[in-house]
Amino acid sequence: MKEIGIISGKGGTGKTSIVAAFAGLAKNAVFADCDVDAADLHLVLEPKVKQTSDFSGGKQAFIIAEKCIGCGKCKDLCKFDAINLNGKGNDIVGKTFTVDPISCEGCKVCVEFCPVDAIEFNDQINGQWFISETRFGTMVHAKLGIAEENSGKLVSLIRKETKKIAEGQKKDLIIVDGSPGIGCPVIASITGADLVLIITEPTLSGKHDLQRVAQLAVGFNIPVLVAINKYDLNPEMADQIEKDALEHNIKVVGRIRYDKAFTKAQIMKCSVIEYTCSAVSEDIKALWRNVIYALG
Amino acid sequence: MKIAIASGKGGTGKTTIATNLACSIADMGKTVQYLDCDVEEPNGHIFLKPEINETQTITISVPQVDAEKCTGCGKCGHICQYSAIICLKGTAMTFEQLCHSCGGCMLVCPAGAITEKQKEIGFLEIGTANGVKFGQGRLKIGDIHTPPLIKKVKANALREGIVIIDAPPGTSCPVIEAVRGADFVLLVTEPTPFGLNDLKLAVSMIRELKIPFAVVINRSEPDEQLTNQYCRDENIEVIFEVPDDRRIAEAYSVGKMIVDVLPDYKKDFVGLYKNISKRLEGTQRNKTT
Ligand code: SF4
Ligand code: SF4
Repeated sequence: MKEIGIISGKGGTGKTSIVAAFAGLAKNAVFADCDVDAADLHLVLEPKVKQTSDFSGGKQAFIIAEKCIGCGKCKDLCKFDAINLNGKGNDIVGKTFTVDPISCEGCKVCVEFCPVDAIEFNDQINGQWFISETRFGTMVHAKLGIAEENSGKLVSLIRKETKKIAEGQKKDLIIVDGSPGIGCPVIASITGADLVLIITEPTLSGKHDLQRVAQLAVGFNIPVLVAINKYDLNPEMADQIEKDALEHNIKVVGRIRYDKAFTKAQIMKCSVIEYTCSAVSEDIKALWRNVIYALG
Repeated sequence: MKIAIASGKGGTGKTTIATNLACSIADMGKTVQYLDCDVEEPNGHIFLKPEINETQTITISVPQVDAEKCTGCGKCGHICQYSAIICLKGTAMTFEQLCHSCGGCMLVCPAGAITEKQKEIGFLEIGTANGVKFGQGRLKIGDIHTPPLIKKVKANALREGIVIIDAPPGTSCPVIEAVRGADFVLLVTEPTPFGLNDLKLAVSMIRELKIPFAVVINRSEPDEQLTNQYCRDENIEVIFEVPDDRRIAEAYSVGKMIVDVLPDYKKDFVGLYKNISKRLEGTQRNKTT
């Protein structure tokens, strides 16, 4: 079984649309939406949810107002400015301390050092993840709660569960839709993958971001391929990107022309290939063949 | 006044709006600072072309274990919630990449074997660009300490004048770190189903943080009304629409500013700024009365 991670460095390069098209082209694959911060793949694949589970990425402190003696030890020790003196009073003090759940990183320091054990430390539900069926096969995806953290942990969980399903169903390919950037969710999306495909665009920003994300993937010893979406918006820039990539021994394995079909397909909730059989679909199919060939 | 420019989805034109807004405000003769908090992929410099006159290395505190003093009691590994310090075979080992710098291990160590040391996570570059004070964070490749780096970039915000914060995409910890403390947030979106889905997530996030905000629709098209409809239904102001114009896309692709290539837009960005400050005056007045 092989696993391919599709990432972009810069956002908005058409990564998810291309993943959706690949989903239709893949013969025997399972899909994982690891762009948990801004998950969009479900808008095209229209998954029917078969199983829903809670995701807990960590714990959080909670001060019991009745027990707090207002000493302020917690506030002194918290490195995340998560503790405020704005809780309701009790028999001992006029105002008690509270924990701001958005700022709390669940480090447990306040819990450990509270002299009267007034702080509880509870599992936090940070989101939900789903196993679903789509017209192209099984998909694992998630919904991170509002203003929640731990997206890296959620990504790792989704990949682990996808792998289990792929093994159970004897599938030979996992396609992962990764997130933009170079931070923890991206690293969690690609570590241990067999291949990374970076979707970029022919702009200076795209070129700049590609350099950073490619360096990241190469640093993790994962084979990297690049595809340039909307290449005809600036063919010279596309050539430059290809030249840059080659200098770093990275192959550009696809060029996809600009086509409003990307947006129109989204509106129709279908992949670009389902939407049209024009040249842009041929570009994507050619890219797919090259990717499969590279996977071996 | 701090204005943060954010977007759920990446690539909607956040940086375009942020840089053009900053330049237009500078042209009005006001003091303005642009802070690129998209530290994983900072791109504002491509458009503003700043002259960088100071680069600082940004570090965080991580534990350092003195093996001589460590008794192998394991208390550090017990308190650490991130598996960043583990006691194995009688001595504590650290995994700096996972450390959140909470200081817990140092506080609990009964042998005084743990001290603080500094770990490099990225850089802060400061300079000027056409009257705009410029600052950007750049995360070291392979590092994952995005939120602490953003915090350090924001610590350089001007106290007086207007600060434009270019936030990272998404809706989780890095974005929250970037927009927290802002007086106003502009959510930049594009009129596509993906854009709308991610806008909805961003709106819930900003509402949770209780910061006043408005929406900017980039690459707007007259026959794509889904986003406008959503904003109407939710009572959200669409404060600015940038039409889908190939000339803007071309300028963007080679790192040029809209206000340089199509100077007519300058008055729109000035209008956007005036609109925001008017709205803020309104809320400030509500607060005091
Ligand atoms: S658990 Fe840590 S981050 Fe949360 S409030 Fe306590 S000291 Fe602060
Ligand atoms: S400082 Fe906190 S996060 Fe870092 S190793 Fe110590 S206990 Fe763990």
